[in-house]
Amino acid sequence: MWVQAEVFLQTLVAGILLGGLYALIGIGMTLILGVMKIINLTHGQLMMVAMYIAFWLFTLFGIDPYVSLFIAPPLMFAFGMLIQKALVNPVLRVESILPHNQVILTVGIGLVLQNVATILFTSDYRSTPVDYASTAFYLSDLWAGTPVEISLSLPWAVSFLLSVVITVLLWFFLAHTDTGKSIRATAQDKDAALIMGVNVGLMRVITFGLGSALVACAGCLFIPIYYLFPALGSQFTLIAFVITILGGLGSTLGAILGGLILGVFESMTATYVGMGWAPVGRFVIFVAALVFLPGGVASLLKTRKLSK
Amino acid sequence: MKNNLVPLVVLAALAGLPLLGLNSYVMHILILSIMWTLAGMAWNLLGGYCGQVSFGHAAFFGMGAYSAGLIHLHLGLSPWWGFLVSLPLVALVALAMGSVVLRLRGPYFVLATLAIGEVLRITCENLTDFTKGTLGIMITRTWVEKTQYYYIILGLALLGFVVCRAIVHSRWGYYFVAIREDQDAAESMGIDTTRYKTIALTVSAMLTGLAGAFYTNYMGYIDPGVVFSLGEISILIIMVVMVGGVATEWGPALGAGIMVILAEYIRSLPLIGVAYQTMFGVLLIVIIIYLPNGLVGDWPVLRRKLLRRGATA
Repeated sequence: MWVQAEVFLQTLVAGILLGGLYALIGIGMTLILGVMKIINLTHGQLMMVAMYIAFWLFTLFGIDPYVSLFIAPPLMFAFGMLIQKALVNPVLRVESILPHNQVILTVGIGLVLQNVATILFTSDYRSTPVDYASTAFYLSDLWAGTPVEISLSLPWAVSFLLSVVITVLLWFFLAHTDTGKSIRATAQDKDAALIMGVNVGLMRVITFGLGSALVACAGCLFIPIYYLFPALGSQFTLIAFVITILGGLGSTLGAILGGLILGVFESMTATYVGMGWAPVGRFVIFVAALVFLPGGVASLLKTRKLSK
Repeated sequence: MKNNLVPLVVLAALAGLPLLGLNSYVMHILILSIMWTLAGMAWNLLGGYCGQVSFGHAAFFGMGAYSAGLIHLHLGLSPWWGFLVSLPLVALVALAMGSVVLRLRGPYFVLATLAIGEVLRITCENLTDFTKGTLGIMITRTWVEKTQYYYIILGLALLGFVVCRAIVHSRWGYYFVAIREDQDAAESMGIDTTRYKTIALTVSAMLTGLAGAFYTNYMGYIDPGVVFSLGEISILIIMVVMVGGVATEWGPALGAGIMVILAEYIRSLPLIGVAYQTMFGVLLIVIIIYLPNGLVGDWPVLRRKLLRRGATA
């Protein structure tokens, strides 16, 4: 009985930790979706690029992946702005029959990124062997007579806390700075924002950069606890959009909750069904969200008057 | 009858080709081109005419391929029966998917199609008892010669062409275009948009499944990483249509020819050969920016540009 409770609680903890990181990936995607009205299907590939930056900084210069948080995201910010300016903007002006041109474009970019990574770095699995990788806290250290034993891995906990810090910083940026307010205005109503003197074109460029930087942060937080290979991107792109649908398109709070729900659900699937089935669990959540809650968690929050 | 003249001439020319005694490599290229033409025409019906962009046609292609492989593996039937088995199976999945996802607008369909291809791949990799997982399924090919395969795929492509053409010129085809151009307007004209989008998806999926079943019979080997692949199947089908021409009758055929030859050529190059998907990605980006409606679709624009350059030179 206690053993089962222990497994359940441990799975729950692992799920919440994973969910915090997922939330960071989802927020970047939902920001871009909210402002640009396009799904960025190269989101995971951008994360993969950031992870390679962190990996090589660690391997060549011994820079800790957490220190890379100050290096990789700014680089990816610039890279995201470049993608938006050089590739997405021209496509927005093109006249075409297909309505989802920009989405196909992002798939093309993702394909290029993934294959260039394969050529440069081969498809080997890599990881950063940080010396604190296997350090963990145990509940029994704090409370000697505990009936259930739960462990908490140090890098997982640090990554989770940092992702919370980054999310709070982002919230402050969006809520209290002029640029942040302009971004939100652009997401709400592009034309009204334009009339109010917001430089919509610039906001789009900044948003794509910001989304890329956020997913780069997630990459830096993931690399100490995960492994890395070029095809990893597509998997995380799928995760990002499941979170976005689950949370409600364009809702930041929704993305956080969506990330947590998905993290816990995947963790449960991995424990109770089997490791390989976690991606199928993801799809089940996705379909369930589409059928029962097409507006995502955000629509639920709205009807309960929790969100304004 | 005049409208049918061009297709008949093309068909006659294609049917006569093997009589020239082409070598087996050329036949291989032709067979692949026709197979991708079939898949491209199917995608075009849904994406080009109805405006519902699918990133997951590998799901239907793979289901067709696996129906042929699995009946051979478990029931000992000839994999050729895969054509008949795949049709109801693929139709059922497409109907279920359509009824869930096509009620909604916006990016949901794009995302759902992308997901279903990936999920089927993962399911196939994990159900090792049933599908042999990543080992894949091997079958013995019926003929060593290519000619028989050539005529079979030509027949299937003809079927696809006739079906697509009949639909596009029927009432359904006009409904599809109306939905693509303005869904609200279509709805207010009394078109049941969900129903017709689902019809487009189902027909498109069934034709793609046929291409998949042919793939198993022709190649003799399938594994989840190939037949459910996003890069090698789903994106390739989109590129076939985008290079050739979106919502055009001959675009997929032209696009398939170009893409197959291009893929073979790039793969044969030293060094860059391994990176042919990078080239695909770059090509996709260039096409979207400069030729968004494909070679056939943007032909008037292209010709004007070429003529102007000719006049100034």
